[in-house]
Amino acid sequence: MALAATAVALLPLGYLLLRTAEGGLPTWWETVATERVARLTATSLLLALVVTLACLVIGVGSAWLVTRSNTPGRAPLAVLLALPLAVPSYVAAFTWVSVSDLWSADPGARFEGFGAAALVLTLYTYPYVYLPVAAALARVDPSQEEVARSLGCGPWRTLTTVTLPQVRPAIAGGGLLAALYVLADFGAVSILRLDTFTRAIFTALSSGFNRSMALTLATVLVLLTLAILWGEGRTRRAGARFSTATVSRPAPALDLGPWRLVGTGTLALVVLTALGVPALSLARWIAAGSSAGQAWDRIGGAAWGSLSASLLGALLTVALALPVGLLAARHPGRLSALLERAAYLAHALPGVVVGLSLVFFGVTVALPLYQTTWLLALAYASLFLPLAVAAVASAAAQAPPSLEEAAQSLGTSPARVFTRVTLPLTLPGIGAGAALVFLTAMKELPATLLLRPTGMETLATRLWSATGIGRYAEAAPYALLLVALAAIPTWVVVRRTGIVPAGAAGPLPGRAVPHPADPAPVEPVVSP
Amino acid sequence: MPVTTDASRASRTSVGTHAVEVIGVGKSFGPVRALDHVDLHLDDGEFLAVLGPSGCGKTTLLRCLAGFERIDEGRLAVHGRAVALPGIHLPPHRRQVAVVPQEGALFPHLSVADNVGFGLPRRSPRAQRSRRVDECLELVGLAGLGQRMPHELSGGQQQRVALARALAPRPPLVLLDEPFSALDASLRVELRRDVRDALHADGATAILVTHDQGEALSMADQVAVMREGRVHQVAAPEEVYAAPVDAWVASFVGEADLFPVPDASADGLVDTPLGRVEVTGGVDDATHVLVRPEQVVLGADGIPAQVRTVDFHGHDALVTLALDDGTLVHSRSGAHPPVVGARVGLRVQGACRAVPGGRPGPAPAPTPAR
Repeated sequence: MALAATAVALLPLGYLLLRTAEGGLPTWWETVATERVARLTATSLLLALVVTLACLVIGVGSAWLVTRSNTPGRAPLAVLLALPLAVPSYVAAFTWVSVSDLWSADPGARFEGFGAAALVLTLYTYPYVYLPVAAALARVDPSQEEVARSLGCGPWRTLTTVTLPQVRPAIAGGGLLAALYVLADFGAVSILRLDTFTRAIFTALSSGFNRSMALTLATVLVLLTLAILWGEGRTRRAGARFSTATVSRPAPALDLGPWRLVGTGTLALVVLTALGVPALSLARWIAAGSSAGQAWDRIGGAAWGSLSASLLGALLTVALALPVGLLAARHPGRLSALLERAAYLAHALPGVVVGLSLVFFGVTVALPLYQTTWLLALAYASLFLPLAVAAVASAAAQAPPSLEEAAQSLGTSPARVFTRVTLPLTLPGIGAGAALVFLTAMKELPATLLLRPTGMETLATRLWSATGIGRYAEAAPYALLLVALAAIPTWVVVRRTGIVPAGAAGPLPGRAVPHPADPAPVEPVVSP
Repeated sequence: MPVTTDASRASRTSVGTHAVEVIGVGKSFGPVRALDHVDLHLDDGEFLAVLGPSGCGKTTLLRCLAGFERIDEGRLAVHGRAVALPGIHLPPHRRQVAVVPQEGALFPHLSVADNVGFGLPRRSPRAQRSRRVDECLELVGLAGLGQRMPHELSGGQQQRVALARALAPRPPLVLLDEPFSALDASLRVELRRDVRDALHADGATAILVTHDQGEALSMADQVAVMREGRVHQVAAPEEVYAAPVDAWVASFVGEADLFPVPDASADGLVDTPLGRVEVTGGVDDATHVLVRPEQVVLGADGIPAQVRTVDFHGHDALVTLALDDGTLVHSRSGAHPPVVGARVGLRVQGACRAVPGGRPGPAPAPTPAR
């Protein structure tokens, strides 16, 4: 069961490799060893590097400021800093372009290119670093820092020698996510007209129908993704053991003196730029659009398209995730770890690659599926399986084997143990996982563009086509809807990290209190 | 309770006559022999404690009885019904063996009353169910808390609910898996007494698994001492303490000083570093004389010794003394122990036990007073 589910997740990758192998290595090399591919590689890698470094600076800095300093206003800022995660990259790019168009003195100078893409991607990607690092900083055992201080380390040395090494896995993990996100991003770079791999693949397929070119570019992109994954894995192995002590008291906040106002100012500037521009732009264009009159039936049709495709995708994903997640939670071992990792590998694949591979798969192998919502659902399953696996695994942890054993020892048959104990305890978690996949699939763009049946429109594709022809007022309502939808999974992630002040994120009455030793999953759930 | 280490005799003489029978049970995990020909019998209403250091196989024994693990050899019977033979494995839910796990493992989504009523027959009338639930809650001292949720209870209360849940269906056997280890020391003493009383009041047959000798000795009717998958001795608590079968049991159950003697096979007077002591209960292969700290009396005269350390417990103190030849001896003195460094005289009071040496185990750390 679990094997089959993982196989589905890896289907796009496998099929891509198969097709490339059919073409033969010399042909592949001929296409790859060109100036254009070299330029694409340089642009993609440079963009990933610049954005990741900027994200690390903003993410770690702001995480430290809100968790460990006396910066005024750090409680509301802690939540606001995570919110850019709720703006899909193509919505962000659209709002920045439309705002700059509106107020730019020179109509010819469109907001686009490398600098524009780097700025937009940084502003909406840094939460991938900020959230896990803030969560890790909040969990570090303060007694270790106290020991360091008592042994004569100053605040700065304590930070660099004791605190930061402990949150290094979170920093590395966040940086990896940011890099993968940039490499996989399609919407922002396309709207901002920067030639990276994802844009080139899409253009090769949709405008030139140059399939072999698209395939080759996709394999190079996969190689780059794997290289980044491999590199991160090597840094992780060095320091694997960290204290998992449960923290019963908050770490002391460092007094920044007069600098604390600078801290507030910087954080406020980040939040204002990242959230203010979309807010301004959307408000402006919604106002313009409502005076011009909107086609509500179009919006309704797109909403229905998004809803049906995402629902199907979510159900399929959870069905596949159940065996993998249960196996990982109940029988941890080499096989289950391998299967889990394979599911995550599929997650790192750019959506445009998954879409492309499944287009070929549909045309050549599964023709009955081609041009149906099922193939799109399969793409969602492949892309978002890890989200559902993580949800199932943590839900299964809510029903530990000792509970089932206790129930069995009281004379309850295995089937009844499942319905009376296991199911009631795991269902909420699995349902939350399904909802997460559903909402994430709603705003997926590249795979949806490539795989949607002819005539079907979703919120994301409508926004895409309206932006493409400069109809910003028409695009605005879709952007607003998408941001509203994306805000829900963002809130779930923010709550889970534990940076929201207590009370707002307390456990529901009558529900299981999570074991304090369980590290909260901080895997961000908003997929590129 | 008849105790035997001879598997064949046990199976011949006792089939169907005891509430619980463990006969020649063996269980291995790969190369590790977790249970090695374990034999135990319990009569109706009896409370047995299985005592041993961690890794001795006691939890494996419990899990085999509950049906969570399969046995490799031997036979398990509950209420005259075989529940496990090699190749035959009655699933846990058909064994009527209720478990009180280490952490309580209350169902977090059910109220206290629903937890306690979980194992009651589904079709029994509602009034009858709630009567038994109330009865069990009262038994464990939690009357009136039925509507609470598990997370609203303290750790000790959760363990009480777990016990009530296990008792409710009146199972022929209740298994308690170190149920007090996660609790505060102060809470433990009170809870032990209440649990023992509740088990007796309900007439339950129960097995407690523990590594805490104080817990085993104070609660159980019978104590089985286990080590490395084998049962060394099964006897009443007083007997295990006063007449351990070998040097390892002697030093694991309580404080013990063991002095090798050339020939302790015969009762009578034997020369030891503590002078000439009276030895009883000698068996053929006895090699050591067991002296308990409470037998060593300090005074002005006797064998000269110097006080090395004093572990003061309030009501008494454990004094470690060094004889002139360097031999260490322990003495339990009253609330006014001598000071460290003082020179005292000591003598042995009462008869001592001669025990076979066997392979001496690692001496357990002194149990702090509770």
